[in-house]
Formats: sequence, C-alpha cells, structure tokens
Amino acid sequence: MGEVHVVNGNYSAAEAVKAVDVDVIAAYPITPQTPVVEYLSEFVANGELDAEFIHVESEHSAISAVVGASATGVRVFTATASQGLALMHEVLFIASGMRLPIVMTVANRALSAPINIWCDHSDTMAQRDTSWIQLYCESNQEIYDTVIQAYRIAENEDVLLPVMVCYDGFTLSHTLEPVEFEPEDEIREFVGEFEPIHCKLDPEEPMTLGPVGGPDSYMEFKKMQHEAMKEALKVIPEVNSEFEKRFGRSYGDGLIEPYNVDDADVVIIAMGSVCGTIKHVIDEHRSDVGLIKVKAFRPFPGDDIRRLIEGKDAVVTIDRAHSYGSMPPLWTDVKAHAPDVEVSSTIAGLGGRDIRVEDILEVIEVAEKGEGTDEPVWINVNV
Amino acid sequence: MPGRIPKRPPLPEEELLAPGHRACAGCGSALCLRLCMKALGPDTVVVMPTGCMEVTTTPYPETAWEVPWIHVAFENAAAVASGVEAALKALDKKDDVTVAVFAGDGGTVDIGFQALSGMLERGHDVVYVCYDNEAYMNTGVQRSGATPMFAVTTTTPAGRRWKGEFRPKKDAPRIAAAHDIPYVATACVSHPQDLVKKVQKAKEIEGPAYVHVLCPCPPGWGYDSSETVEIGELAVDTGMWMLYEIEEGEFRLTYKPRERKPVEEYLKRQKRFSHLTEEEIQRIQRMVDERWEELEKEGSTTD
Repeated sequence: MGEVHVVNGNYSAAEAVKAVDVDVIAAYPITPQTPVVEYLSEFVANGELDAEFIHVESEHSAISAVVGASATGVRVFTATASQGLALMHEVLFIASGMRLPIVMTVANRALSAPINIWCDHSDTMAQRDTSWIQLYCESNQEIYDTVIQAYRIAENEDVLLPVMVCYDGFTLSHTLEPVEFEPEDEIREFVGEFEPIHCKLDPEEPMTLGPVGGPDSYMEFKKMQHEAMKEALKVIPEVNSEFEKRFGRSYGDGLIEPYNVDDADVVIIAMGSVCGTIKHVIDEHRSDVGLIKVKAFRPFPGDDIRRLIEGKDAVVTIDRAHSYGSMPPLWTDVKAHAPDVEVSSTIAGLGGRDIRVEDILEVIEVAEKGEGTDEPVWINVNV
Repeated sequence: MPGRIPKRPPLPEEELLAPGHRACAGCGSALCLRLCMKALGPDTVVVMPTGCMEVTTTPYPETAWEVPWIHVAFENAAAVASGVEAALKALDKKDDVTVAVFAGDGGTVDIGFQALSGMLERGHDVVYVCYDNEAYMNTGVQRSGATPMFAVTTTTPAGRRWKGEFRPKKDAPRIAAAHDIPYVATACVSHPQDLVKKVQKAKEIEGPAYVHVLCPCPPGWGYDSSETVEIGELAVDTGMWMLYEIEEGEFRLTYKPRERKPVEEYLKRQKRFSHLTEEEIQRIQRMVDERWEELEKEGSTTD
C-alpha cells in the first residue's frame, strides 16, 4: 500500500522520477515546470536520489545532454514547457530518430506572442510530429502513475521511443491534490533495471551513432519509427493493466478513458485537466453526455475512438491549441480516423482562460446544433 | 630543425580514424583528427557536431570510427558531451574513458558557442578540440566567426564594395581561457608533435580542456592538396597563427619562430587572399606585429 500525500503536479512528477531511480537529469527552469527541477535538485542534494544533475544553460542543451547520456546507456529525465519545448524542437526528432528511451515531462503552457505563462496545449501540439509518444494527464495522481509507466513504455524493445508526459500548467502543476505514492522498492521492481538494448557508447564495443542516412536508407528508418508507434498502441495498454494489477489504479486502457459513453447521446472528446470538469458536468447536469478522454495523443488510438463515436447523435472535440488557417489538431486526428462521423470542433482555454461549467454546456450545445463541423467554434472569446 | 625537437616515443600505429573516409585529398582536419585519436587512444568516446568531418566519416552503413562515436546536431556537441560524461560518472566508468569533442570552427565559435561555454563553465571532464578551417567548408566555404580578416569566402566575396571578410578572427581560445578552465592550447597540423603533446595533456588534466587547431583546407583556402603542411608551417612561421598553451592560467608560447616571416609569404600562397592590395597586406602585417608585441610585453616564455 502506498502513502497519500497532498502535493502539486510538479512534485508528483519529481517523486515518480525519484522512484524510478534515474541516473542523469539535465534540466533548465521555465514556468510552470520550474518546481520539478527544484524538487529533483533537492532530492539529489539530500542524497535521496543518486543521480548526476547537469545544470545546463538552455533547454536545447538539456535535451542534448540527455540524448548523450541515454546513448551512453543510462536512464535519464528532463522537463520543460512552452518556449523551452520549442527550443528543444530540433533535438526532439533526433532523440526519437536515434530510438532513445528518454522520458520528459511538460507542464503545458501557451506559446508567445503575446507572452503567456498559463496553460494550453500549443506547446506539445507543435511537437506532434517529432515521433515522441505523448501522454496527457488529468490529475496529479495520473502524473505520478504515468511518469512511472512512461519508462516501461519507452524502454520496451518493441517501442524504443521517447515519451512526453504532459500535464496542464498551473491547473495541475501548481495545484494541490492527494496523491498516493507507492513504496520505491515496488516501483523499482515494476520498472526494472535499465538495460540499453540497441545502442551504447562503450569502448568495449564501439558503435557509430547518428550517422549520415542518405536517400537509400532514410525512409526505412522513418517507417520503422512509425511501426514502433503502432507497437506502442499495444504496449501502453499492457503496461496500464500491469500497473493496475500491482497498484490498483488505471486510466481506461491507457490510451483512452471513456466516461459514460455507452449511455450517452452526445460525446465530448478532450484531453488533460478539463476532463475533470467535463466529468463533473456529466455527473451534475447532463447524464446524456459522455466523455472520451484521450490520454495517448501519439500514438493516436483513432480506431478505438471511431468505434465509440459511431452512431452517436452528436460528437464534439475540445482543443486547447489551434492549427491556424485550418482545423485544430485533436479534431483533425479524430476526423482522419472517423471520416463518416459528423464531429464538431471547439477551441477553448487558450493561454490559461478558464474552461468553466457553462463553457462545457456551450460545447455540448455546439455539438447538438451540429455547428463547428468545418470551422472551429471558439468558446468564451470576445472577438 | 631536428635538434630543437625533443625525442618522444613514436605515435601508436593503430588508426582509430580508419582510412577510406570521404574527406578531400590533403584535408588538414582529417589529419588533425587522426593525430588526436593517436593521442587519445581507444578508450575514448567521440562526440561530433555536424560538419565536414562528421559527414565524411559516417555515411551509413559505413563508418571510419574504431571508437564509440555520436553525432546529434550542429550546435550541441558540448551539451551532448556533458551528458555522455555525466552518464559515464553514473556508470562509474569516468576514470577509464575519455570524452572528446571534435568540432569545426562553425560548430565551435558560432552556433555551438553557448553550449561550449556551458560545458566549460560547469567543469565537465571533456577534451574539446576545435578543428578550425576558418569557414563553413562543409556547405561550400561560407564565412564563420573564425574566418580571418580579408579572406574571401562565398558569403564574403571581394567586389567593388567588399574586400573579403570584414573583421579579424574571433579569438576563441582566449574566450575559452576566460572560463578559468585548467587547460587551453592552440596547435596546427603542420606541427604534429606539438599537437599530440597538447592533446595528451588535455586528456590527462582533470576538467575541461580546449584545444584549437588550425587545419588548412585545400579547396576552401585555394592551394594544391599537396601543400597542407607547408601552408600550416607558413601560418606559424609568419606569426599569423601562434602555438601556445594556457595551463592553470599560465600563458606559454610552445613555439616561437626565430624570425617571423612576412605575412605576405603565407597570404600569397592562397586564392582566398589573392585579391589583396599591398595596403591590405600591410594592414594584416600590422595586426600580426601588434599581437606579438602585446605578447612580448606579457613576458611570455617558450620552451
């Protein structure tokens, strides 16, 4: 049995990183992620966590250093948000292209301009195509559980892709919730020792990592990354259910978490902490509404979502990001997998604007009226 | 002058940068890396940013490297090396393995400068070698911060208004030294014993070491590929390039030409300087003279 502590989301992430016993941490502070770096510094300073901590001079160097460390054969961690994640962009492709099982948390925050430190998903959505697995969390408990599972998923030899664990800035990162922490020895047993499988910088067995891949080999590497993502669609549910057996907690099948969907006429598809508000609306106001919480955005469990929304009266997505000049990312992915289902699109909560109960009721109304199917409806906006 | 060069044990015959790579004939940078590897030995992890030596030595599925080697991106070799070093510490292997970076001048003095400064300031035990061919040669000779005054590159052509590169070369070794690291040195591929000795010292010293090596480039500088060593010698003998080391803050010339040759002898051998007027040559000569005068005022010694 674990012990319940009342902690914020950043602490939850740091506690999980300590529990899995990482070897090298390289991180640079940025709001709202900063406390993760501070907590981990404290753990290392106190000797609670035996890890090398690199005080890098930028996020670009943070991700570069963990790439170097991971390629040397140790378990690594970094964390960032917003502009910091954007600065890492280039190296994110390289981390996944080199098939390094790096785990990073992102405290989701809007991108400038205007500069804004509050939550939306623009930062991680802009990294959608970097070939990182992206898992989104609804609660601080889910952050702790997901970071632990992320190492199992990333290090699985059929996957070997880096994982981004995303949680809403401030809404989760700075908000206290009760979280059950499991005994560290049990977590370490669950995650296991890290054994580098495919690459390791070791003079005993010299390897060339990151060579030039020309037109005759590049495409093969890229297709294999896609196949690995598809493998992750199987591995994520396996890890989720193994975690449930051991610790008694799960999040749907690890990819999506349906809530009241079977009985629903209207289905909302959403990600992150807003799912808590939507569940409240369903419980208190609209028992005819269901929710599909998308936990894994990459790989995208599109077929599972399609099966759940086919035949419903109305379906609507809530995006906390936008693809300017087109349709927002969550809607686009749902439609790509369910082209025959009418799906309304709403955009809400950019730059930390609250998504309140009345906003969710408006989202439901948009779906019921069949609006927003070819142009997103912006919720609670004054222009 | 054989009498002046102290006897040293011969270099290991083993080639850790194997022949068959795709560098140009007469490549000064390839010669530099080959010598560095002889100095560093097989228990070395090599980190390289994007650049000439990266693309010419690792065309998948081939590699010229007999040691573990990693390339990640252009501006981050020092950060990657920081991570490799930290991981070796975590694995308790730091005492047995050397981490070395071989980066070009662009990857060092321009795009990689922030990461380099971070690595030096944090004190990682890494041997950082800049192989300086004084422009972005991999992409076809564009100027970098290490391009010398008046040198023609494809982005600093000489025309009616421009006279080649506008500014003197960035003094990267002095900036590295400003980080108060234990060891900084300059070298040139024309002086292999001096180079090897410095890289060996860099390896032995605990903490960051920075070695900046001038590497003449036949296509980029415009001279015959048989003349690389000769051009390097002229750079040193004219005083255009100084061989020195800064150990624990102590500056020391490791080679002082008996009598400096006029810079013209170096400049006139290269197409990149072929447009220079007498006035411009004299301006370069004055810059070099002033630099040496400053040194002499500092009371520097040689061995």
